[in-house]
Amino acid sequence: MKKAIVFKNVKKNFRQLKAIDNISLSVEEGEFFGLLGPNGAGKSTLINMLAGLVKPSSGSISVMGFDVLKDYQNARHSVGIVPQELVFDPFFNVREMLRFQAGYFGKGKSNNSWIDEVIERLDLVDKASTNMRKLSGGMKRRALIAQALVHRPPVIVLDEPTAGVDVELRQRLWDFIKELNREGHTIVLTTHYLEEAEALCNRIAMLRSGKIVALDTTKNLLKEFSAKTLRLRLDMNKSKKMPTSIENIIYEVDGDLYTFKLKKISEITIIIEKLRKLNIEILDMETIDSDLENVFLKLTGNKI
Amino acid sequence: MNSFESQMLGMWTLLKKELLRFWRVVFQTVAAPVISGILYLLIFSHVLGSRIEVYENVSYISFLIPGLIMMSLLQNAFANSSSSLIQSKVMGNIVFLLLTPLSYLQLFIAFLVASIVRGIFVGGCIYLLAIIYIDLPIQHPWMVLIFALLGGGILGTFGIIAGIWAERFDQMAAFSNFVIMPLSFLSGVFYSIHSLPPVWQTISRLNPFFYMIDGFRYGFFGQSDISPYFSLSIVTLFFITLAFITIIMLKSGYKLRN
Repeated sequence: MKKAIVFKNVKKNFRQLKAIDNISLSVEEGEFFGLLGPNGAGKSTLINMLAGLVKPSSGSISVMGFDVLKDYQNARHSVGIVPQELVFDPFFNVREMLRFQAGYFGKGKSNNSWIDEVIERLDLVDKASTNMRKLSGGMKRRALIAQALVHRPPVIVLDEPTAGVDVELRQRLWDFIKELNREGHTIVLTTHYLEEAEALCNRIAMLRSGKIVALDTTKNLLKEFSAKTLRLRLDMNKSKKMPTSIENIIYEVDGDLYTFKLKKISEITIIIEKLRKLNIEILDMETIDSDLENVFLKLTGNKI
Repeated sequence: MNSFESQMLGMWTLLKKELLRFWRVVFQTVAAPVISGILYLLIFSHVLGSRIEVYENVSYISFLIPGLIMMSLLQNAFANSSSSLIQSKVMGNIVFLLLTPLSYLQLFIAFLVASIVRGIFVGGCIYLLAIIYIDLPIQHPWMVLIFALLGGGILGTFGIIAGIWAERFDQMAAFSNFVIMPLSFLSGVFYSIHSLPPVWQTISRLNPFFYMIDGFRYGFFGQSDISPYFSLSIVTLFFITLAFITIIMLKSGYKLRN
């Protein structure tokens, strides 16, 4: 399969700070790819370099085979970027702004029907003649997404597209982005909402301090890093000692709260049986499913 | 994907947007400077008109009009590109331009032409209002046009440089108030440099605005403080130098792509 995006040994230094430290990764055509990391991990720098807004200190970046520096015009035709900040031009309304943006890419009047379609699909019809200043935050976000799509790019990069967006609109944006992906667009998403990445992305790269700390399919990351967790509150008054066979799989002890990491769900019965034999009473019990947040915390040591 | 026509359309779109941007606020961008120019004309001609004759057979009010036209043209050409860029930078919407395949040369040309158009439009309005009351024939129309284009081009280019360099509105105001304003006021708009002491005459000759205004005035009267062809050479050289600096800044992405 053709590579939609390739980062090859990319470094970016801001004076002493290594914002991006020798990153190599590629995104396949048609993939829904997630870029996760805490603040300052380098996600936006990576996207800005892809967009040509920041020049890498070394290494190379290409979009649909076009180098973002040497063949920047074709590279920029191939990618649509939705910026994180709600930026807009206060002089124009939504339709004018979209037509100007398409025009910059050499798309003339024949592209107007596509602009109308994008306006319709993003529920902006009622606001198409409204000045950008007068739109709500959610509407501005939709207009930004529309702006990234006007030149029909095969690759779409969304930098925190649902930040500050209410739950209903978030769901609608997810549906729209999924639809774009089904139509064949390659999607790269950075997000603070881990459930968003878990629900949408086929593959995820996790960044920390400008380095990739994990790069795999979402399924594999969840399988590899987060076994099921069993949490028991135990009455240890009658027996002070935990059997050695159980002690080995204890992950964490906090007072009378014991956390176990399980490889298989059947291990629950074994643990309970052993505790019963030792006359240790179980006061409370809960099982916790693995999620991307656990993986993330484990790999980065940060809350996102 | 990236044909010549599509590239030209991209540049034309930016030019159209820049023209529309100033037209949307026409009272601020055209009416206000035209009224200022007319007020200067009324006040200075009323106070000094009967006392000064700068050129033979040319009244002071007639002498003043080309200078005021050129001064307004220059200031508005500067204001157009500089305000567009600084606003886009502060608001953050410059990103929409930087994400496009427009080349640095296309960006330069679009901003430059929009600045020249606004400058000439404002200057043209002052001229049309002035000739209602004063007979002001143009002796060398081509010289008027060439100096208007080059003057607008120089200040439009200056505006691009200032817009790229400034990061805040107060920096832009400083550039405008401490560089553009003094240079335009001390360029011979209101007087001939022959009326100045020798030291100030020499200093005036270091001011590039002087050559723009003197050459422009020659187009109207066929008389000027210095040779119009020398002025034309200086102005052309100045434009080429500034354009070169601007293109280098845009090409390197200075303060835009880092």
